[in-house]
Amino acid sequence: MLRAFDASENGVAASETAAAPLAATARGRAIVITSGKGGVGKTTTTANVGAALAALGKRVVLIDADVGLRNLDVVLGLESRIKYHLLDVLEEKCTLDEALVRDKRSESLYLLAAAQTREKEDVVTAQMKALVERLCDLFEFVLIDCPAGIEMGFKNAVAGAHHAIVVCTPEVSSVRDADRVVGLLPGDWRPELIVNRLRPHLVQKGKMLSVDDVNGILRLPLLGVIADEPGVIVATNKGEPLALDPASETGAAYRAIAAKLAGHDVPAPTVRPANNGFFSKLGALFGGRA
Amino acid sequence: MVGRRIVVTSGKGGVGKTTTTANVGAALAKRGKRVVLVDTDIGLRNLDLVLGVEKRIVFDLVEVIEGRCQLRQALIRDKRFESLSILPAAQTREKEAVGEEQLARVIAELAESADFVLIDCPAGIEHGFRTAIAGAKEAIVVTTPEVSAIRDADRVVGKLTDAKIPLRLIINRIRPDMIKSGDMMSVEDVCEVLSAELLGTVPDDEEVIDTTNRGEPIALDESKRLAAVYDKIARRLEGELVPFTNFEPAGFFGRLMTLWKVG
Amino acid sequence: MFEFFRSLFNPGPPSGATAKERLRLVLLSDHLSLAPDVIDAMKRDLLDVLSRYVEIDVAHADVTFEHRETEVAMLASVPITGVRDRKPPVAPPTVPLVPVAVATPPVAPRETPAEIGPPAEAAAKPVAGAAPGAGANGRPRRRRRKKSAGGPKQPTQTTLGASGIAASQA
Repeated sequence: MLRAFDASENGVAASETAAAPLAATARGRAIVITSGKGGVGKTTTTANVGAALAALGKRVVLIDADVGLRNLDVVLGLESRIKYHLLDVLEEKCTLDEALVRDKRSESLYLLAAAQTREKEDVVTAQMKALVERLCDLFEFVLIDCPAGIEMGFKNAVAGAHHAIVVCTPEVSSVRDADRVVGLLPGDWRPELIVNRLRPHLVQKGKMLSVDDVNGILRLPLLGVIADEPGVIVATNKGEPLALDPASETGAAYRAIAAKLAGHDVPAPTVRPANNGFFSKLGALFGGRA
Repeated sequence: MVGRRIVVTSGKGGVGKTTTTANVGAALAKRGKRVVLVDTDIGLRNLDLVLGVEKRIVFDLVEVIEGRCQLRQALIRDKRFESLSILPAAQTREKEAVGEEQLARVIAELAESADFVLIDCPAGIEHGFRTAIAGAKEAIVVTTPEVSAIRDADRVVGKLTDAKIPLRLIINRIRPDMIKSGDMMSVEDVCEVLSAELLGTVPDDEEVIDTTNRGEPIALDESKRLAAVYDKIARRLEGELVPFTNFEPAGFFGRLMTLWKVG
Repeated sequence: MFEFFRSLFNPGPPSGATAKERLRLVLLSDHLSLAPDVIDAMKRDLLDVLSRYVEIDVAHADVTFEHRETEVAMLASVPITGVRDRKPPVAPPTVPLVPVAVATPPVAPRETPAEIGPPAEAAAKPVAGAAPGAGANGRPRRRRRKKSAGGPKQPTQTTLGASGIAASQA
């Protein structure tokens, strides 16, 4: 049974409390970010959407449910600050407050890291559900970074969530796995889609599925479209989410997604046509399809 | 002479295990070896898609294990190379449907009449991973030069070492321009961090998407530069000492020359 | 360089279109085998129609799916155990009748094949997209499929071309 979180019990000053309960009427939204296929950008999306929501002033907690293969901490640059993790909380080896790590840059963004040396099967579904419910009392957004696959890790990540964001790249394996995952989510949910790593120049050449192709198959409400950008790798290297970089197009895409989730009016997602500069124009001169 | 049983694993999803399995397998078959590729990603199968055999699946691994068909009935012979066969995963089941000993027996049986059995491992380090490595005597660990991938590969290297399975590394999706600018770890960096012997390095190449769309492994297209890369990996697997290519970032003239390969 | 000119004169279909088509088929197959309630409903309706014309061994009827070049086909194997004495009610034909060779089993001495009804109507209706028991998003629920047991005595092969589940088509 999860102990009720009480900051005063731990002698923590109010200003340093990890989380103050929300107003009685507000209840947080628990959203699982999933995909089926690995490596399509779930963790990057969780980190960036979380950071963008926090930048909008929302109170956000990110849960890394990828027990044994944690990476959300690295993407946020918080890996050296992890003392306790999800299983420690579930098994009551520490308080929630002790495990929640506040982001370096934002006061209202917190991370609950995964355990690195444990297994996904160690998580008890009912406990996970209870934890998410508890976090919804304390945060406006609870984003759960789901592991790849559709086994216990996936099931636990979904348990307790109210909504899902499916991340998919415009590649056959990813679309197929996304389709499978959608079929496994609770039937009354309306998951939303993010198409990640789009390469407009390949789509223009007909060498990559378009967003319409992908969503013609998945048929989900489209939350966002993000073009492939090497800057993402750099950002992970540095542990600085692109959502906080005003010059980044990828960051802008994530900010738009966050705004939409926060209920702001945002124009439909688009990606600018390929414009790779001098060499692509040179290529076009020599007969390549632009 | 029993064939070699090699699991292709990574920890991190999406780094190219299935693409590697398909292409290394195809490259070996091209060299005349008898190769069987086994998809153990029960529930999320994709090896069939990458190889373009998805329409020819009649039986799958789970049905073999449950005795509902013979092993040879489930094997799909590739149309491009007689000596290449695929054993697809089940799509409708969960990974718990296959146990470690059961898979090990299937792999051992396959190895009796093949030179190479390559086992495509699912992402993660849970049951699916444990089962996939149970049938293997060697491992290929696939990683990309990115922090998350290397971190996960490290865990996998640890588990393989505990299980006393010798392993070699393939570093996938290398971007020489980013390595040069310092935005990506170098091959040497990755090998050092993982303390693993290198089997091959594969540059990032958009053409892979195109060939996967078609279900035609890029290793079989001589006009694509990755075909030579996978051929080298196949040769190294067979024991040949093949020097590693130093993928230089394209300078002005390099980019100019690649413009001629448009389309 | 050569490849550049080759690609000009022999471009082939763009692979994005190929990918889309392959995905459509693969998902159709995934959905069909992942939605046992769809298969059960199809089987029930099919057997219902057939049993208006002939007596069948429901317990040993089997329904499977086969991939073909551009479609997925449903194969039904239905043992026929006898013929009905009276004409079945005439239902307005919704699809062209496909003549099917019916291997009638040897009849017991006291039974005489009085009338042989019209050939079994091939139910070639496309499979409906929204299956009974679908979730609110119209997608069939996934459950483990139970294989039907046993082998047919005198199976009738009825090949049905299921041109596609509407939900999977772009």
